[in-house]
Amino acid sequence: MKVGLFIPCYVDQFYPQVGIATLELLEKLGCEVGFPLQQTCCGQPMANSGFSHLSSGCDENFVQNFRDFDYIVGPSGSCVLHIKEHLHSQAAPAEADQMRLRVYELCEFLIDVLKVATLSARFPQRVGLHQSCHGQRGLFLSSMSERMEPGFSKPGQLLGMVQDLDLVELTRGDECCGFGGTFSVMEEAVSVKMGKDRLADHLKNQVEVITGADMSCLMHLEGILRRQNSPVKIKHIAEILNAN
Amino acid sequence: MTKTLAQHPDLADRFNRDENRVDWHDQTLWWVRQKRDRAAHTLETDWEALRQAASDIKDNVLANLADYLEQFERAAQANGAIVHWATDAAEHNRIVLGLLQSVGATRMIKSKSMLTEECDLNDFLAQNGIEVIDTDLGERIIQLAEEGPSHIVMPCIHKKKEEISDLFHEHLGTEAGNADPQYLTEAARGHLRDKFLTRKAALTGVNFAIAETGEFVVCTNEGNADMGAHLADIHIACMGMEKIIPQRAHLGVFLRLLARSATGQPITTYSSHFRRPAAGKALHIVIVDNGRSRQLGREEFRNSLKCIRCGACMNTCPVYRRSGGHSYHNAVGGPIGAILAPNLDMHQFADLPYASTLCGSCSNVCPVKINIHEQLYLWRQELTRSGHATQGKKAAMGLAAWVLSNPRIYRLAGKMGRWAMRNLPFSINNRFNPWYKQRELPAPPKASFREWYLKNRVK
Repeated sequence: MKVGLFIPCYVDQFYPQVGIATLELLEKLGCEVGFPLQQTCCGQPMANSGFSHLSSGCDENFVQNFRDFDYIVGPSGSCVLHIKEHLHSQAAPAEADQMRLRVYELCEFLIDVLKVATLSARFPQRVGLHQSCHGQRGLFLSSMSERMEPGFSKPGQLLGMVQDLDLVELTRGDECCGFGGTFSVMEEAVSVKMGKDRLADHLKNQVEVITGADMSCLMHLEGILRRQNSPVKIKHIAEILNAN
Repeated sequence: MTKTLAQHPDLADRFNRDENRVDWHDQTLWWVRQKRDRAAHTLETDWEALRQAASDIKDNVLANLADYLEQFERAAQANGAIVHWATDAAEHNRIVLGLLQSVGATRMIKSKSMLTEECDLNDFLAQNGIEVIDTDLGERIIQLAEEGPSHIVMPCIHKKKEEISDLFHEHLGTEAGNADPQYLTEAARGHLRDKFLTRKAALTGVNFAIAETGEFVVCTNEGNADMGAHLADIHIACMGMEKIIPQRAHLGVFLRLLARSATGQPITTYSSHFRRPAAGKALHIVIVDNGRSRQLGREEFRNSLKCIRCGACMNTCPVYRRSGGHSYHNAVGGPIGAILAPNLDMHQFADLPYASTLCGSCSNVCPVKINIHEQLYLWRQELTRSGHATQGKKAAMGLAAWVLSNPRIYRLAGKMGRWAMRNLPFSINNRFNPWYKQRELPAPPKASFREWYLKNRVK
């Protein structure tokens, strides 16, 4: 099984350890992983800002980079969702359509494709899980509090396989953190307030680490935590699932 | 284009200066959202199937709207109601004024109608010498405060009971400092009772207009629509043309969804059917387009017209709860307002589709399954296409697209950016950077993931 590792631009630039953990984890689980060297960005920053017509360069570049893989896997629900919903190619339209079906967020790939049932990871900390909206409501990584449906959580299921990890229950289990891409700067006041409120829910439950499947939300939450000089740490879920 | 209009980010910023108030507003509306969850969970019928049924019925209505409207008109006329058609807000207002003048009314009572808010009816009538008293308690409160509604179901949800006490003390002569809800409600009741008895003209909204019977249903919790309509000589009911449902039987779907979605009640206290005028009285129905035909013609945005105005998307919206209804500077705020308003005026409301993180909670609670968050995304594209993006934004997006489409330039820009963050932090961590105002930027690593990969994995 050839897996193309899709590392979103901001993870590449700011969070290399998340890329490394994702790579090592997939390899540990028996995947043959390739990292196409000319990849950049999924194009979401333009598209969500109303400039989807400017994302074709990113689209074509994505198709060129990832055409030779059975699966495309990335540690970011939001970027994966964007590819799934919006990847188009003038040069290779059918191929792009096909790729949209082969792209997976890391947790859903582990649960749905690899059918992971056990992990060798150990992480003896008290952890809060942030459900990022695009992963949850877009990719259905977990059940949604608005919908009358049986409860499930793919990230939660994976964290449950980690030895000595203490996962806390939050009061508002799936409220948005307020990142929202350019929303975080265009609507700074509301964005930060949403982030502070999300953090307060974790903090009142005495978490030591906040994790999630989307580094962008975590970047926003980490920014607020660090400004508040909080000892609470941020870890992408790949780092925990890969921890020894 | 000059930017003199109030914009959502500024209004939201202002709302956030009082953090305790934001917390109170958030918690109040979250409590309503939780009531909605409980009501939906305890319903014997499968909630998701009910939503689907409502959505399907409304799709059918929108696909056959002209026929249903004509059917409704014929049936209503056969019942003895008089039907009027208004192309826009101005015509709607003129029709209402004309009806009032025809019976010599200079005073009118009005129950809740978001359509009349959309049309600015109260101001128009006041300018023409007609006194309007809103009889919904929340509406009356904001009328006394000379404000607009901040929520389509709970118009004065932004006001604390102490503020209402002050208002009532000033206008209704209640005891200063007495903020007991029971006491205040009793005072409002006495005040409004006098209006009900003395006004000869009443206006109500319409929740559902039934094509097969020509009747319409008005849902209230206070019975104020009934009180007004039954005591007045002339009842004017104003409805947006999308309020049609084909059959009375379909109320079984919509009435179960409406109140549960709105407030978590199993049903509104009053769901009143109005079919024909009482002897010697007149019943008028004003059917209003005001941009709805245009929205019907926009394929991507058509199904926003399925909205039954329950307000669930507002209660669940994490942005709305923390920015307040007035930050949307439109009669209808929140997520649904943000997809309806640009249809009315793209320039004035170009900010609203951006007042969202696209979290998708709104679409999940919507009882008629409007894809609200997807339409927010689509409105962003439409606004750019129609020239409503600023020059600065166009330039920034053009630059971002160029950098991110060219792997070598992207890598160079990343390297330079990280270098600057490490060596010239003040160039990024300054007051001109909204991110930095209340947040740190990520600590920039020396090597990107790709650089690590080349070094460690590529032989």
